[in-house]
Amino acid sequence: MSKDSPNQIRQLLHSFLPSVIAIIGFFILCGVTLIIRGQNPWKFYELILISGFSSIDDIGSILFNSTPLIFTGLAVAIGYKAGLFNIGCEGQLYVGGFAATWIGLNIDLPPFILIPFCIIAAMSFGGIWGAIPGILKARYGAHEVINTIMMNFIAFAIMSYLVTSIFQEPGQMEPQTAEIHDAARLPKLAGLIPILPQSNLLNTSFLISCVVVLFLYFLLKYTRWGYELRLVGNSPEVASYGGINPGTVTIWVMTLSGAIAGLAGVADVLGYHYRFVLSFSPGWGFTGIAVALMGRNHPFGVLAAAILFGFLSKVALDVELLLDIPHGLFIAGQGLLILGLVCMEGYIRIKNQ
Amino acid sequence: MILQLIPSTLRMTTPLGYAALGGIYSERSGIINIALEGMMLIGAYGYVIGAQISGSEWIGLMFGVSFGIILALIHAVATITFHAEHIVTGLAINIFAIGVTEYLIPTPDRVPGLPEVKLPLLGIYSILVILVPFIMILSHLFLYKTRWGLRLRAAGESTEALKTLSLSRAKWQYFAVIMSGVLASLGGCFLSSNVHIFTKGITAGRGYVALAAVIFGNWRPLNGVAACLLFGFAATLGLENRWGIPDQLLKTFPHILTMIVLAGLVGSSKPPNSLGKNNS
Repeated sequence: MSKDSPNQIRQLLHSFLPSVIAIIGFFILCGVTLIIRGQNPWKFYELILISGFSSIDDIGSILFNSTPLIFTGLAVAIGYKAGLFNIGCEGQLYVGGFAATWIGLNIDLPPFILIPFCIIAAMSFGGIWGAIPGILKARYGAHEVINTIMMNFIAFAIMSYLVTSIFQEPGQMEPQTAEIHDAARLPKLAGLIPILPQSNLLNTSFLISCVVVLFLYFLLKYTRWGYELRLVGNSPEVASYGGINPGTVTIWVMTLSGAIAGLAGVADVLGYHYRFVLSFSPGWGFTGIAVALMGRNHPFGVLAAAILFGFLSKVALDVELLLDIPHGLFIAGQGLLILGLVCMEGYIRIKNQ
Repeated sequence: MILQLIPSTLRMTTPLGYAALGGIYSERSGIINIALEGMMLIGAYGYVIGAQISGSEWIGLMFGVSFGIILALIHAVATITFHAEHIVTGLAINIFAIGVTEYLIPTPDRVPGLPEVKLPLLGIYSILVILVPFIMILSHLFLYKTRWGLRLRAAGESTEALKTLSLSRAKWQYFAVIMSGVLASLGGCFLSSNVHIFTKGITAGRGYVALAAVIFGNWRPLNGVAACLLFGFAATLGLENRWGIPDQLLKTFPHILTMIVLAGLVGSSKPPNSLGKNNS
């Protein structure tokens, strides 16, 4: 252990302070809104504790909710580290999810071949969807934010067309495909962990997300690519002087980011719905931005923040059912939470200059 | 044939036109405005709330625009005063607007629409449709022919220019962002007044299409509205389903076009120099 490690830890804690303040502010705001509505806020706080921590089943559900957010949060974070803003995760996860569905529908192989095949397909298509804005930025200097937004809409449109025409489940009115082969389904963890009830939805995609967390941690910390990525993120000019081509880094980071976002589609298609359901994502790509922000773009921070948001979405559902509080309150609160966070961040940045 | 498409095209263009003009004010002053979508949504929502409370379309319009101004002020305080990242702030505002309008969703009672005017040959239109060309020309004159417009654009071109004249960059940016709130929410008011009702997600991504029009129109009012007209026409063709192209795929036209233009492959589009840069 080096001498300055307590100092480093203190610095790390300091950098997470805005996240902690934002989340406390969020819960206080929820309570105030309830008082205005004439409801008892203590009932709400009590329900939060009950809904989140009363059984192993609850914890499983929270981790299940957080799985797609881990992927999208990591996708945003890795881009951000390189100074790129990927708000196209929503489109990338749909394209990736569709690629996985397509393989799962048409090919029947043993699971240990078919599942990796589906995952690779999803990562490739998500990667392509991320690479296009990356190439446009590296080659033509076109801003990736606008292009990722545009790519989102193009993805929605193509998915909506495919799922209501060629790939629609025969004889059905719902905009969804037929079910994928059994061999393509990700096993549930309830079979592996005996204390988890059979009905729990937590599945292997959560383990995949943990592997990606570790992979990115090592990539960023211990490899030359991670070093180049961070250098380009800090200053593309300095990186160029150091013999690094920022354009190349931009392209591979956007590709990797899109590929990871594609895995969020896998989590839903192979892990939950077992088919492609039109607009299956309740905005995971956009929540991923909040997750990355809250987790300070650090892989472990993102993991923690995603679990927090998974917890919030479970609470939102329980609160809606038991206390008749509309879901919109949580969405609005989430918006304010992000706002508070960026304001604190901007303010601290200016004060430190 | 073409004549039949005009009324629908103009109605499709109107909400985009307002939002795009709003976006141009904000981005010309250097503030990226992805919150156009949220501002439109809250405008559409405010119109219905105001009209339901009072029974008057004018009170509705006042509510819609006031709600738009409130969101614009949030965007302005966050980006200008707190130096927050413009894009994240804009997204947060959009999420906030979705949440608020879902949480306190108005009853599905019909509200009065705005007064309509009959144009010779072209048909009957809401006054908000008629106003678009006037606001477009006024915005052009303001931005390019007045001293104030020059200052507003200077705020977007350089973080230092106004300071050397001892003028406040922040002040002009506040003005520009509030203008974008007013205009974008007017676009939203048109949407809900046209169908006499507010429905969840009524804007359906129009704020982002307007953003595309801002870029396609090279951040200039006349070109921006022209881009909206083109996108509005494409949307009308999608409704009519000419040429057998599926509606869903035709909807991607503005987005693909924007990507091509932004890459400089066709035409050119150059953002203000200090777009997205915070004050030092």
